Amino acid sequence: MLLTMLCLSAVVFMFVNLEPNLRKLAIFQTEMRASDQDLENWLQRNGYRDNYAARFGRWIGVWPKEPARDPATGAIMPRFRYCDEPTESRLAGVLQGDFGCSTAFRTTVNQRLPEALKATGILMFWVMIVMVPVSLLIGVLAGMREGSRLDRSLSVASIASTATPEYVSGVIFTAVFASWLGWLNGSAATAITKGVSFNNFTLPVMTMAIYGIGYIARMTRASMAEVMTAQYIRTARLKGLSFGGVVVKHALRNALIAPFTVIMLQFPWLLTGVVVVESIFNYKGFGWLLVQAASNNDIDLVLACGLISVLLVLLTQLISDIGYAFLNPRIRVA
Amino acid sequence: METVGLIGIVTGIIGRLWPVWVALAVMLVAVWRFHRNLGLFGRLFETNVGTAGVLICAFWIFTAVFANIVAPLDPRVQVAIMKNAVPGAINPDNGMVFLLGGDHLARDVFSRAVHGARIVLTIAPAATLIALLVGATLGLPAGYFGGRIDSTLSFLANLVLAFPVILLFYLLVTPGIMETWIPYIMGGVLFLFPIVFFCVLFYTRFAGRNEKLVPYLAATVVLGAWGWLNLMSTGTFAGKLREIGLSPVASFIQLPVFDAFGIEPNELNIFVAVVFASSPGVFRIVRGLAMDIKTRDYIAAAQTRGETPWYIMLWEMLPNARGPLIVDACLRIGYTTILLGTLGFFGLGMGSESPDWGTAIKDGSQVAQLRLYFWQGVTPALSLMSLVLGLNLLADSLREQSLKD
Repeated sequence: MLLTMLCLSAVVFMFVNLEPNLRKLAIFQTEMRASDQDLENWLQRNGYRDNYAARFGRWIGVWPKEPARDPATGAIMPRFRYCDEPTESRLAGVLQGDFGCSTAFRTTVNQRLPEALKATGILMFWVMIVMVPVSLLIGVLAGMREGSRLDRSLSVASIASTATPEYVSGVIFTAVFASWLGWLNGSAATAITKGVSFNNFTLPVMTMAIYGIGYIARMTRASMAEVMTAQYIRTARLKGLSFGGVVVKHALRNALIAPFTVIMLQFPWLLTGVVVVESIFNYKGFGWLLVQAASNNDIDLVLACGLISVLLVLLTQLISDIGYAFLNPRIRVA
Repeated sequence: METVGLIGIVTGIIGRLWPVWVALAVMLVAVWRFHRNLGLFGRLFETNVGTAGVLICAFWIFTAVFANIVAPLDPRVQVAIMKNAVPGAINPDNGMVFLLGGDHLARDVFSRAVHGARIVLTIAPAATLIALLVGATLGLPAGYFGGRIDSTLSFLANLVLAFPVILLFYLLVTPGIMETWIPYIMGGVLFLFPIVFFCVLFYTRFAGRNEKLVPYLAATVVLGAWGWLNLMSTGTFAGKLREIGLSPVASFIQLPVFDAFGIEPNELNIFVAVVFASSPGVFRIVRGLAMDIKTRDYIAAAQTRGETPWYIMLWEMLPNARGPLIVDACLRIGYTTILLGTLGFFGLGMGSESPDWGTAIKDGSQVAQLRLYFWQGVTPALSLMSLVLGLNLLADSLREQSLKD
């Protein structure tokens, strides 16, 4: 997992440090009419022309960061005025907790990232609260009598929900509930300043939940339908237990093993959803930050966002593996 | 401004779509007539879900094919007076009706949605096809041989899969990246896989029978090279080649015969990104199927006969894995459509004038636009949703039908 992470961050690092991006950064940081030579000098002075391994090592924090110096006088010239960069040569990278300097927001990445992550955490929490029970309920209801009319209609509904990506449902919900009926806020910007409320948070949560519900519900249905055909369910029914009792007591636990993995693996998918939803509803969380960073060529911030999303994906994979082994007694971790 | 009213809009749209209805009718009559000989496709019509799926998909395919007849206007043409016009508004100058209104740049929303179908329905299936071939070419040996090949390829696939799609797009589909070699190298390698696949396919079948092997191989190589060059022959790639002193090569790939698709650099970029993002998923599925099929008796029989591993993989395993693969391809086309929409929604890759649905949704979803002129965002959103829904329904009933076998 560490190897995967190292590889992925190296790839992201390479992509954000491509020549066109560096050039844009240099143009942005020097005066308007800087010549090519000036741009080159700026990049040279701030260490963007050192070899790739050294720069990557500096970012990780296994290679000392040198302060940028004026080549003529040798005096220290900070790279960006708005960040405190180290004034002597020392290790200052991700491992030391220093994510660098955001050029788009003119502050350190460390100042922006935690609050954005917190905002997104709140959103994710509510999405999970809505999505998981609803989808499990739909899946169990559909799967308990396979082929019934309830099953057919719920299955078509969940297929329809998987066909509705966030940007489609976001647009339709906003048009219906915010513009036409006027019940809810079409923007979640106030959720950050004034706190979460029903008005400003329902639409984003609904939009994000709808895409995931269908998928989880279908998985739950498949697993429930399989469990319902098992011998022990028939035995329980023949013993004279009620249908509802059999579903709740005997079938549910075994039927929920497969959806658990799916729910955990939904996190990476939710990440794309977060980015879309936060841009539609103008909610300043992690996804919004990622969009801002990427569209403003903010190298350090993109790197930090990339690292966090990759970490999230890998962690959820790990948790789903562990949880699967925990829930399913037939699987033992070797 | 005068409008034709709701009934006018509905009849107007139905009227404009006449070639689509004709084509659908022809298809339905043909299906009804020959439905016993059509195999799997004929059996799709036995369930409501399957019928709905086929009809929706066919509707969009025919709309894309007849886009030039169906759409009253060019998707890029602007009629200043119709800016933000309501659906059904009549142009006072020439009496032309904007059936689904005008957008913020005074273009016909209906025409744009129709032409958007054409863009989506060319890129999404083509990208899915190439992703399938890449995934199959790599997944079969990984599942069949196992061992070191499997662990290396699986590690690479997991690497791509662990990468959040949205971040991948933000890094891979930028104007800046077209100045570097990355999209051309990635595209060049990815588009080589189909050629390799078909060469191996024919070689393993006809090895030793030169009278058949030679024409098949020659056709594959010529067609493959032509297609490959067509995909790669963009202006910027030629420019990059000239930079490193390969002007003759650059002039060669810019010959008109290699410009049949008329592909733009940004389209190539999107195409590469989408193929790259979906191949690892196919790889995983093919690998799983191959590991499953490997244990069957007919594989053991083929091994005993002394067939080569690639013959077994391509002519014994692949045909037996077709059911799940067809279902996956249907779902994947839908997923690729969603990915394309995401790209358009973030303004990545597609030109700002492009009529594709994602870009149209982005333009229509600005707060003010959505509040006052909801049809600009809702029309492409509903189009995209219905297409993906059709594909998902189709995949679902295909799965049911193939389980019956």
